[in-house]
Amino acid sequence: MTLGEIDKKSYKDIWVIAEILGDVVQPVTWELLGAGRGLAEKRECNLTCIMLGTGVAKLAEPAIRYGADSVIVVDHQDLSTFIEETWAAVLARLIEEKKPETILAPGTLRGRSLTPRLAVLSGSGAGADCTALDIDSDSGDLSVTRPVYGGNKTATVALGGSRPQLCTLRHRIFDPLEADGSRSGDVTTFHLKTSDVATGKRVLQEVNEEGVEIKLSDANFIISGGRGMRGPEGFSLLQNLAHTVNGAVGASRAAVDAGWIAYPHQVGQTGKTVQTRVYIACGISGQVQHLVGMQSSDFIIAINKDPDAPIMKLADVAIVGDLFEVLPEITKRLAQESVG
Amino acid sequence: MKIVVCVKQVPENTDVTVDEGSGRPNWGSIEGVINPFDTYALEEGVLLKEKHGGEVIAVSMGSEKAEQVLREAISSGADSGILLNDVLFEESDSWVTSLIISETIKKIGGVDLVICGKQAIDGDTAQVAPALAGHLNWPQATYVSALTDSSDGEITVNRMSEEGYDVCSISLPAVISVVKDINSPRIPSLRSKMAAKKAEIPIWGSADLALEPGSLGREGSPTVVQQVRKPDARDRRTVVIKGEPAETAEKLVQELKNLIGR
Repeated sequence: MTLGEIDKKSYKDIWVIAEILGDVVQPVTWELLGAGRGLAEKRECNLTCIMLGTGVAKLAEPAIRYGADSVIVVDHQDLSTFIEETWAAVLARLIEEKKPETILAPGTLRGRSLTPRLAVLSGSGAGADCTALDIDSDSGDLSVTRPVYGGNKTATVALGGSRPQLCTLRHRIFDPLEADGSRSGDVTTFHLKTSDVATGKRVLQEVNEEGVEIKLSDANFIISGGRGMRGPEGFSLLQNLAHTVNGAVGASRAAVDAGWIAYPHQVGQTGKTVQTRVYIACGISGQVQHLVGMQSSDFIIAINKDPDAPIMKLADVAIVGDLFEVLPEITKRLAQESVG
Repeated sequence: MKIVVCVKQVPENTDVTVDEGSGRPNWGSIEGVINPFDTYALEEGVLLKEKHGGEVIAVSMGSEKAEQVLREAISSGADSGILLNDVLFEESDSWVTSLIISETIKKIGGVDLVICGKQAIDGDTAQVAPALAGHLNWPQATYVSALTDSSDGEITVNRMSEEGYDVCSISLPAVISVVKDINSPRIPSLRSKMAAKKAEIPIWGSADLALEPGSLGREGSPTVVQQVRKPDARDRRTVVIKGEPAETAEKLVQELKNLIGR
């Protein structure tokens, strides 16, 4: 695939690719529709939600309520597992047929794996993990803002060099619209072809490790522990607090490397980047590699014995004290308040 | 098994000064290191070579200085390195970078597996591996946290999902990107360090890969960096709480209430 000359005027409308896990449309989809609605108003064009999967036709209606003008459903047994090769192939065909101007995809692991492949197949550019969008109302050229250097810098990137313009949006940045039951729109079907179905990869098993716990990426509260937790037992204190506030448990690299908690909980440069409402760092000194993974959170609380630890400078609230004494009190107190 | 590992030279620390126009770091005073995620990619390649035989070729696109990370790769077990360096490659976005690497892989020939780190810590796009798989039309697995089985024609991996992981079997040739959990990179031996010092590192440019100048660099890239700047500073004042645990908890709850009220 090479990039050739494009007739930009032949491309129109804004698309959103839905994130669906099992039978549940993930909230990030509504955020994408909220962002997409803004672009569609500015361009005076339609906003279409694309839903791929097995049995997804019945999930289409809510997308209209959250701002889509129409929904295109690709519902097929061969889309029951996430095979990027197949998803990208059918989406590339759909793009070629309908010629959307801009496509917004979720900045989830799936979205960030699918989108670059799709971009290559469609001869399009893609922006990754974007936190702000700006569309030119005349040309439709999109410019995005995205964090680089672990959030230490912000880049503005022009995507107007190709059509469609693809980008993944970081979740928990864009606001969803209020669901509006009076909205209406068309739901149409696009068919998967045998030639779309890739045979090179099979998903043998989907393992849910986080169980009933809240995902780091969705949590409003994240309670993270570091070296100061002293061992795996310390993390049960964090679990207790997490349960109380309906939050998720995170960890620094030091705690993960020590084997106190599993890698999926790691926040930071070599782990996950989170953007939560309240981040509570317990016994974490605040090395820059950790800070880049959490510093964009709305409200940061640090609990540490050392008042001079770097995390204490970054925090909105710095609690100087013994976390083994302070945490149970906080949990007890918050249980009475039932925040979260 | 013929394995290509992609490595990138990145600044040692992400808190760097950069050129505002291109976003490239002002390398003058900055130490360049191998991208942390790429060390896991490299180790996984070397582990596979030890199991199946074959070779590991490290490939890096970058300045002449990036030769250093290829030597580092060789000292960590790669058999050879290729530097992709051409003034026309500069300011290529991830689309064009992955195109250049895909042509490199075709030119190397007979490659069974390409392993990348999940993302580079400077650009943070995580786009090169899946885009590379797209250019090659090979299967991909991204965010791989374990490679549990491998044979000549197939590998089995755990790829991370939002809720845990998926066990996937992938036919080769394929492209994977790996996370830190997959292994613990070895410490280079003295002997491998000597070998790395002596290694010849060939340099391939656009002519070697038969790539059109217009398809490369800023000109050929569908996405173009316009500006890179420091993010707006947070308007923070830190409230320090000390004292008895119960009292501390009470003060914290008041602060949280203020937040929720905002």
